[in-house]
Amino acid sequence: MENDLVSLIVETLEELQEQEDTTILVALDAETSLFGRKGMLDSLGLVTLIVALEQKIEDKFGTPVALADEKALSQLKSPFRTIGSLAEYAVGLLQEANGDG
Amino acid sequence: MDSPVTLITGTSKGIGEHLAKHYVRSGHRVIGCSRSDVEWSLDGYDHYVVHVTDEKAVKAVFSEVRRKFGGLDHLVNNAGIASMNHSLLTPMSTVEDVLGTNVAGTFLFSREAAKLMKSRSFGRIVNLTTVAVPLKLEGEAIYVASKAAVLSLTHVMAREFAEFGITVNAVGPVPIATDLIRSVPEEKIDRLVERQAIPRLGRFEDVANVIDFYLKKESEFVTGQNLYLGGV
Repeated sequence: MENDLVSLIVETLEELQEQEDTTILVALDAETSLFGRKGMLDSLGLVTLIVALEQKIEDKFGTPVALADEKALSQLKSPFRTIGSLAEYAVGLLQEANGDG
Repeated sequence: MDSPVTLITGTSKGIGEHLAKHYVRSGHRVIGCSRSDVEWSLDGYDHYVVHVTDEKAVKAVFSEVRRKFGGLDHLVNNAGIASMNHSLLTPMSTVEDVLGTNVAGTFLFSREAAKLMKSRSFGRIVNLTTVAVPLKLEGEAIYVASKAAVLSLTHVMAREFAEFGITVNAVGPVPIATDLIRSVPEEKIDRLVERQAIPRLGRFEDVANVIDFYLKKESEFVTGQNLYLGGV
């Protein structure tokens, strides 16, 4: 499931970059830094990714999740560091929402 | 052209009911919600029973709007409750209810609406304030404070959402003959009306007229504004 999420995040990022007419210079994978030092996104880019990703997760898994909830914002190690950490975090939320977390 | 999609909260009665019918007549697809079911129905109108502070239920409404209509053009945050009471006699449960519905509800709907509107780089959000804020109306401390907060939300969200093509504005009606003011003594309403430049009760049409203006495509350069009716 985490791999599904990584693919979904990569797909979302590619779509967003396409909309903004920018080219991705690096290959995107779980290790790619998203936000923070060396991150590819500024704060507005992160907002855009989160909103688009929440919709995609709901479309794919049928479960609405709030990626930017209190937990995410208070975690010492932010889930928005890398594509991999965000995928892991989203899997946790999905499992929690489906009662098997 | 596709019909614009307009979501209005608090449509079971009063201003909300009027606005829902007004925008259906104007050719919009209207989605409304309230705590209870509505006693009327119209083609082109869908109703949801939801409390505006119930995050899960509200998100479900927006998911449905996205699935059914593919997006959202307009949001009117009309749902509001008042409490006419001296501060010394106002219970905390009332404080929580009023702030919840008026402030948190407006926030939650605006947040979810902006997520939908953002993807099409177009959106109009209209909030309901009140002349009771500038008139500093005694006996309505919590209601006035809640609407002052709605005004602040209007100002800040206008800036936050501007780059997504979303405008956020507000309209502040004078008293209109609705349930909200039914329990207010007549002489108090009269005194209030006397403080307006144009001393009469408000009409639903007065409110709809201002909202029509905010919703227009041509109003793309108007944001973060609040318009008080009656010359207050």
